[in-house]
Formats: sequence, C-alpha cells, structure tokens
Amino acid sequence: MNEERVVPQRQAEWAERAVRDALREASDPVPAGPDRPGREQQVLHRIERARSRRPTVREERITLAHGAGGKATQTLVEAIFLDAYGSPGQGPLEDGAALPLGPARAVLTTDSFVVSPLFFPGGDIGDLAVNGTVNDLAVCGATPRYLSAGFILEEGFPVADLRRIVSSMASAARAAGVSIVTGDTKVVQRGKADGCYINTAGVGLLERPVALSVGNARPGDAILLSGPIGEHGTAIMIARGDLDIEADLRSDTAALSEVVARLLDAVPGRVRALRDATRGGVATVLNEVAGASRAAIVVDESAIPIRPEVTGASELLGIDPLYVACEGRFVAVVDGGYAEPALRALRGHRLGAEAAIIGQVRADPPGLVLLRTGIGGTRIVDLLVGDPLPRIC
Amino acid sequence: MRFVDEYRDAGRARALAGQIAARCRPGREYKFMEVCGGHTHTIYKHGLEDYLPENVTLVHGPGCPVCVIPMGRVDDAIHIAEQPDVIMTSFGDMMRVPGGQSSFLDAKAAGADIRMVYSPLDALKIARQNPHRRVVFMAIGFETTAPSTAMTVLRAAEQGVDNFSVFCNHVTIIPAIKAILDSPDLRLDGFLGPGHVSTVIGCRPYDFIAREHGKPLVVAGFEPLDILQSVHMLLGQLADGRCEVENQYARVVPEDGNPIALAAIARVMRLRPYFEWRGLGFIPYSALGMADEYAAFDAERLFEVPGIRVADPKACQCGEVLKGVLKPWECKVFGTACTPETPIGTCMVSAEGACAAYYNFGRFSRERVREATRV
Amino acid sequence: MCLGIPGELVRFVADQPDLALVEVSGVGRRINVALLADEQLQPGDWVLVHVGFALSKISETEAQAVLAYLEEMGQPYADELDALRTSNIG
Repeated sequence: MNEERVVPQRQAEWAERAVRDALREASDPVPAGPDRPGREQQVLHRIERARSRRPTVREERITLAHGAGGKATQTLVEAIFLDAYGSPGQGPLEDGAALPLGPARAVLTTDSFVVSPLFFPGGDIGDLAVNGTVNDLAVCGATPRYLSAGFILEEGFPVADLRRIVSSMASAARAAGVSIVTGDTKVVQRGKADGCYINTAGVGLLERPVALSVGNARPGDAILLSGPIGEHGTAIMIARGDLDIEADLRSDTAALSEVVARLLDAVPGRVRALRDATRGGVATVLNEVAGASRAAIVVDESAIPIRPEVTGASELLGIDPLYVACEGRFVAVVDGGYAEPALRALRGHRLGAEAAIIGQVRADPPGLVLLRTGIGGTRIVDLLVGDPLPRIC
Repeated sequence: MRFVDEYRDAGRARALAGQIAARCRPGREYKFMEVCGGHTHTIYKHGLEDYLPENVTLVHGPGCPVCVIPMGRVDDAIHIAEQPDVIMTSFGDMMRVPGGQSSFLDAKAAGADIRMVYSPLDALKIARQNPHRRVVFMAIGFETTAPSTAMTVLRAAEQGVDNFSVFCNHVTIIPAIKAILDSPDLRLDGFLGPGHVSTVIGCRPYDFIAREHGKPLVVAGFEPLDILQSVHMLLGQLADGRCEVENQYARVVPEDGNPIALAAIARVMRLRPYFEWRGLGFIPYSALGMADEYAAFDAERLFEVPGIRVADPKACQCGEVLKGVLKPWECKVFGTACTPETPIGTCMVSAEGACAAYYNFGRFSRERVREATRV
Repeated sequence: MCLGIPGELVRFVADQPDLALVEVSGVGRRINVALLADEQLQPGDWVLVHVGFALSKISETEAQAVLAYLEEMGQPYADELDALRTSNIG
C-alpha cells in the first residue's frame, strides 16, 4: 500500500491556499478562559472562528447552491448584497422590511418564482407566486394588502398556459384577500428562460402592535410547527419526472395570513417570531432563530408531523425531510406559558389542523439546533451546505 | 415502514444499551471500526453514540465511495464533461466533490452539461433520447453499486446504444480493509462489516480478517438497532474469546452474496492493477475498470483524459483519521481550512465522511449535548 | 456507504419481465429485478433497492429472528421495570 506510482502530479492550488490561510490564523492564541481550554473548547473555538470569518464568495461563477437557501445563499447575501446595499437595520434579516409610512406601519417584501415544472399536483407557479409573497408578509405580522406581478416570458410560451397561470393567481389573490395592483411584462428570446418566471412584491399593513423577529426567542419559549413538513419540495421533485418515482402527494402551497392572524389574536403579545419554512425547510428556519437569538433549540423528532409518502420519498432518495421546502407551513416561537392556547388556535384552522409543539428554546449551547432522535439519541441539526441532492451513499 | 420502523424502537434500543454496557469490562477500551459510510450516517443521524458506554469507541472507516475518489479523477471526469457533445451523468453525491480545480457543480455553472441521475439506467435512457450526443456515466461505488453499472452496460450492448459509455471508478472493499489492517499503528478490536456490499459479495471474503488478523467482524444492517446489536455481538465474541465472521443482517445478506450480480461484474469489468484512494494512497487490485470486451463502453478509452494526480495538501491527515489513529478534531486543518463548505480532505467531502459527520453532528461532548437536551 | 431501502414488490411491469413496481411507504418506482432472477419473486415480496436495482430479497424469517432475539434481550430489562413498579406500589 501507499506505493507511489510514477504518474504526473500537481497540487490543488485552492486547497493549498486555504491551508496556508488557515494555519496563519490558527497561530493566533486561543483566548484563555478561567481554565486551560479543553478539547471541546478548542474545537469549538476553531469552528466558531471559521464561521465568523468575513463571508466571501470564493466561486468564480454562481452555482445552483447559491440559490438553495443554505450556507451558500447566506454567504452570497452577506458578501455581495448587504456589502453593497448596507444592512437595513440593526437586527437580523427578516422575510420583509417594516417601513414607517406616515401614521401607518407597512411591510414590504419581494420574491421571485422559477419553479419547474410550472404546473404540479396541488398548484402551479401562479398561486405559488401569490402565496409566497402573502406568507412573507403574514409572518412579519402584517395583513397582506397589495401585490405587484412581474412576468418574464420566453418566446414561444403557450398563451393558454399563461392564461391558466394568471387565472390561478387571480383566485389565489382573492382567497388571500389581496389585490394585484401593478405589473410588468418582458419577453426574452427562446432558450433564455424556462417558459415563465414571476416576481411579486407585496405590501401589508402592521395593524397589531407586534414586534416579531427571529432574534426574539428566549429560553423557555415553545417551538410550534403549523403542519406536516416537506410536501411541496417532495411533490415538485416527483413532478419533475426525472427521478421516475410516483406518489399521491400534493404541494402544500397556501396563503397563511388567516391562520397567522388567528394565532396572533389568540395569544396577543406572546408570539416572538414567525417564519415560513420555504427553501431549506424547517431545519433552516430553526437555525436562523437559534443563530439570531443566540439560544439553543431542542426539537423532538417524533413530534414533527410528516406524511408517510414524504418519509418514503426521503428514504428512497437519501434526503433529510427537515431540509425540504414547504410553501404553506410556518414555524412559530411562542412564550412557553402560552404554547397550549397557541396550539389550539392553530389547530382550529384548516391550515393548522395538524400543528404540533415540536420543541423548546433553551439557553445553552447558544446558536445550536439539537434534535432528540426518535430512537432516543441526540444530534445537531446544522445549516445545509448545498441543495438537498438525492444520494446513493 | 416495514423492515425499518421495527428497528428504530427506543424501548428495544434502551434494553440493548443495557446489555451492551453489561458486556463491557470496566477499565477496558473497546475500539470498533464501522467500515461503511452508511453506518457512520446511521450512527450520527440517530445519535447512537448516546447508547454506547464511554469506553466503546466507533472509528469511522474508508467506506464512503464519494470520499475516496481522488481529485485527479474528478478533474478527468470534468475534462470529459467539457467536450462539446458530451452529457455527463452521475449521482447527486458527486456534484459537490472537489477536484484539483473545480467540482461538477462549478463545471456545470461554467457550461458543461452535467445531469444528476438516480440510477445508471436513467443515464442509458438519456443516451437513447439524445442519439447525437455522447452520454457518459460517472460510475462510483463499491460492490453494491458495480452490478447496477454492469447490468446497464450489458443492456446498452444488447440494445446497441453506441453513444453511451462509463467512466468507471468502482472500488472494492476488501483491499481497503487489508490496507487498514496492515497499518502498523492500528489499534482496533473488531469490525462492523458493510451490510450492503455483503448482499453482493456475501460473508466469506471477510474470513481472513478473523483467521489471519485475529479481529472479529459482524456484518451489520443499517437501522439503529442493527448497529447496536452488532456492537453487542462483537462484545460477545471478545467476552467469549471467539473470533469469527458473524452475520447480523441475515434478513438481507445471504452467506454467498448475489451470484448474478457477481457474474455481471465479472463479465463487464476487470480488476485494475492499482488505484489511488484519497487518504489511503495507491492500493493494488482495489478497483474495477472496464473489460476489453466492453472497450466500446469505456469512457477512459474513448476520451483522452489528462490523468494527472492531484496531491492532497500535506497538512491534511485524512489517512490517519481513516485508520482510526487520529480523531477528526485532532487534525490541524479540521474546522479551520477544512470545513464542509470547502472540504480539503476526503473525510470532509460527503456528509458521511468521518470529519464532516463530526463537524455537523458530533462537535460537542456527549455530556454537554445530553445536558442540553435533558427532558 | 450504499443507500439500500426495503420496498414491497407491488406488481411486475407488463411486457418487461425485468421491471417491477416497488413501493416504499406509498412511494412507487419501477425497479430492475434482473439481479434476483433466481429468487422467483412475487408481488408481496420485499426487496432491498439500490440505485434502481433490487439487490436482495428480504427474508421475513430472518427479520423475525432478529426481532425475537431483541425482544428476548429486552425481557430482563422489562422484568426489572416491572419489579421496580411493583416495589413502588408495595
């Protein structure tokens, strides 16, 4: 073994550079604590230092991972967008921005939709484009009011398909109680887009005296989940057809404004944070809360609602459903003393019928999401590095 | 789910944990290697170390087929993928694996047509649908996966699909275990044998481990209770002074493996005289290439690949981690230069690699995690 | 290293003797069963699926044997629990 063969050889420049940089950094002394740091402290210190490095986009080109909602997306937002635009406020990034507009408090948000296929069991890109933006407003505590609709269409796109999409947008808007009040259309050459992309921006009004933020979670708070996880992402993966799997599964796309309002009214002032679990799934939301609140979140795996078909598809494809997207589910952080009335309020609504209390917020270790596994072990649920890709090993 | 949920029962796990503890001699350290990355995944995904006494350590072995692919082979595959008429196909696992210059994900962003497939048969289907393109399947995996590639090539030959070929990176598990056993600084008390490889090769090929190296081996399934039971069986052998190959996973693994699968491999593939494993170096007769009879389906012969070896950075200590000599966190670059976002060495590449698993799931001491999650 | 998932063979695909529909928790996929040509597979059998191929037929008897062994192993533990409970009551 280890017999060196005579083969042309070179070094991986990127790896050598990373090692040089890191070793230079590692020669900085570990800050002295009350005791000599043990191995856990040293390892943690190293990982923390690696994580707190100023985010940089190392890739020369955008890859699909930059759009997957995990670490690569976060790095892109911090290193490219926030670096240039400046951070909107002091607190963590939320799904929408609260704006003082005269006497009213408004929330503005925007989202783009590039789902493929355009039509899938349970919905299409049209209702997704309405519900997605409505939900971003709702989880900021706002009542959604107005939407814009921007279309990027590909030359050759069937008008019948466009009609179908627009009509489902109209009915989704009616259902959510919002008006689509302005829009824009661009057509690009064949091959320059995947049929139809939609951007929607939304304005909502903050009518309740709420101050929701992922940075607000405190030890003792309860973590609630409004329904079963992973259905949208799994339904889309199946609908794409290239995995050749079949299951009776529909996207969970829905407007959450009503069920959110019910929750906010049932336990006024006791809801600390809301986030809809879209790209990156429930695991990503929990990490955002734990990170922004500098608290630990402990979740019970067996309490997380999930349909057998989502479990089946996840097992078959080697994917962790905690990272799979939903389009009609949200995570609520609620004062622990009000978890039960909050749960009752959610369950009283069609879209929260299968809601559950899935975990608690604790003080230590800050920034971490821990899972008590079904079999009784524990593990860390981290941010995802790339897309949740099907794997064989 | 049948044949799954039964093996994830917390009550049975607690009972088994009690029996495991009862079989451990206090003061004695037990070190077992789970050869297979799938086992590593199960151990971390379910938090199984919580069920093991402190003096039982599981060492994560070399059985992650993605992690052991040398960077030079990734460069070769990307070189093929960059040819204008080529569609490169592979499993999702390969997309982020770094080469000397870039990964499939980067190459795809730069314009190469690289597609993810669930099965090699899907790659063959893409070839049939695109008769004017050359479709290459980047084959990875141990003996578990090699039969699927072989069957796909046989089917391509039968159907006369002449625009399909395989860039073959299949590796074989026994030489890797041998390489680890031959290492002078090794200290292991036994092995959890790779369950799914064994469905193909059976249990006999492990006999030498018990006979010549005096280490017990239990072929283990992939559910949490399978792993705990296998640890229990290993401890039983040590307690009784036995040293055998046992099969905990008999519901899936026949003693003699799968003869049709072995025949398919033998027909389509040949052992390479040597092959480089990331972290372990060159190991003789440890990988499969395409047989001469199937040269028409061999991407290595159809395309001129650079074939340049890319050395791992000297600071990377994956070899020692793979042999169980070092713990992941003892490596100088762990968590500094080498992170799951920018993996420098093989053990950080896939989520099942020993270092990635440790970085993601295991970086806190068991006591602290236990304390934090106490009900 | 190799993701293998137990699934139930639901039916064979007409005119394609090598293909069968296999279901995992209500999720179906066509799976190539040529590697199990010697096993006389029938609908209702369970197989281990890996990258679109069935690698092995799962033995119900062996599965039961493991579970029975685990039950038996859990027995002293359960007895102990019972004893504890009784002593608490007593």
